Amino acid sequence: MNQLAGQIAATAQRVGRSVQFMEVCGTHTMAAFRSGLRQLLPATVKLISGPGCPVCVTDTNFIDAAIELSRRPEVTVTTFGDLIRVPGSESSLERERAAGAQVRVVYSPTDALALARENPRRQVVFLGVGFETTAPAVAWTIQEASRSNVGNFSVLAAHKTMPHAMEALLKDQQVKIDGFICPGHVSVVTGAKMYRFITEQYRIPCVIAGFEPGDMLKGIAMLLEQQAAARAEVEVEYTRSVNESGNVAAQQLIAEVFEEADAGWRGIGVIPRSGLAIREKYAAFDAAKKLGVVFREAKPHPGCRCGDVLRAAITPPECKLFGTACTPVNPFGPCMVSSEGTCAAYYKYSRQVAA
Amino acid sequence: MCLAVPAKIVELRGETATISVDGALRDVNVSLVDEPRLGDYVLVHAGFAIAKWDESEYAEWRAIQEAASP
Repeated sequence: MNQLAGQIAATAQRVGRSVQFMEVCGTHTMAAFRSGLRQLLPATVKLISGPGCPVCVTDTNFIDAAIELSRRPEVTVTTFGDLIRVPGSESSLERERAAGAQVRVVYSPTDALALARENPRRQVVFLGVGFETTAPAVAWTIQEASRSNVGNFSVLAAHKTMPHAMEALLKDQQVKIDGFICPGHVSVVTGAKMYRFITEQYRIPCVIAGFEPGDMLKGIAMLLEQQAAARAEVEVEYTRSVNESGNVAAQQLIAEVFEEADAGWRGIGVIPRSGLAIREKYAAFDAAKKLGVVFREAKPHPGCRCGDVLRAAITPPECKLFGTACTPVNPFGPCMVSSEGTCAAYYKYSRQVAA
Repeated sequence: MCLAVPAKIVELRGETATISVDGALRDVNVSLVDEPRLGDYVLVHAGFAIAKWDESEYAEWRAIQEAASP
């Protein structure tokens, strides 16, 4: 670690100006904070956190729709854990559960399918959030439900994809990005090739890094080397998991079940072609169609600046609610709820540093 | 949420494998990786193996982990 830190300091001197690298993925954000890695970097190398926390970028209107579903007596809502505490316009799934709604936390979408099989008289809805890493698991489960005719299972889908979101950040002139630490496990599925348009069209270096602190430091060293040599290429540090073409079986599964769609990102707005909608062929498993879910315009908390945090336009301490009204125990926005949210990470690991 | 953990396959039944993560056992789906075999290390996310590590890749991971621990 110290050797890598020394190498980073030397390369940063060769670069000779301040640079700002974005770690796109929330798991990277958490790993960087937990390991204290930021403190090993020279003052001229800054890490900023990106929009790669699926719970954080889920729009309030999706939470509201899930809450509305949970209030229907015949529905059981199943979800990954973090989502249940995210406040919607007026309530959260956790509060609905306390009031008697059937809301279950599952580890895998296949657990939700099993629950549907065990409870044939209930409508079991899985909340499909997550990026390319998660979409294959959900696609497989939808296909399996179709193969085995589990008619009481469906997915309320809000899956998102990374490339067009990263492009939107580059077009947003407010945030200066000198390099991306690309999301490691998204890249396992998509392959390194997905980022080539960023290096070719925007001339921004990309390095796909693993999640150990040593991986991330090496990734930062590789980005600095590219800056020092005025190169912009896609490089892979996380070679034990990521290759050029990715997991082709997983990609095919996504393409069979989902189609590209525009998607609303909290704080960023609608990004064309950055989401995955369930194909017509599987409409019977699309909760939005099957159960007639209406997405209404939502009112996020007026003071909450999650959106600006997700675009890296501000750091959490610049939000007036941070650490005062908004804490992990009483969160106003999803960036404080998710264990991978930038606000939660700042709160847990660097309040003293940041204040 | 894109957390994924490396785990060893200790039992294999068609598309389903029992994996061990530090001794804890769980069934996961292995239909997305090529030719899963007993003893293979796989990277698991949301109940699915999304990549396979060979011995040298697993050894690399252990080495990085050990280098970081005090």
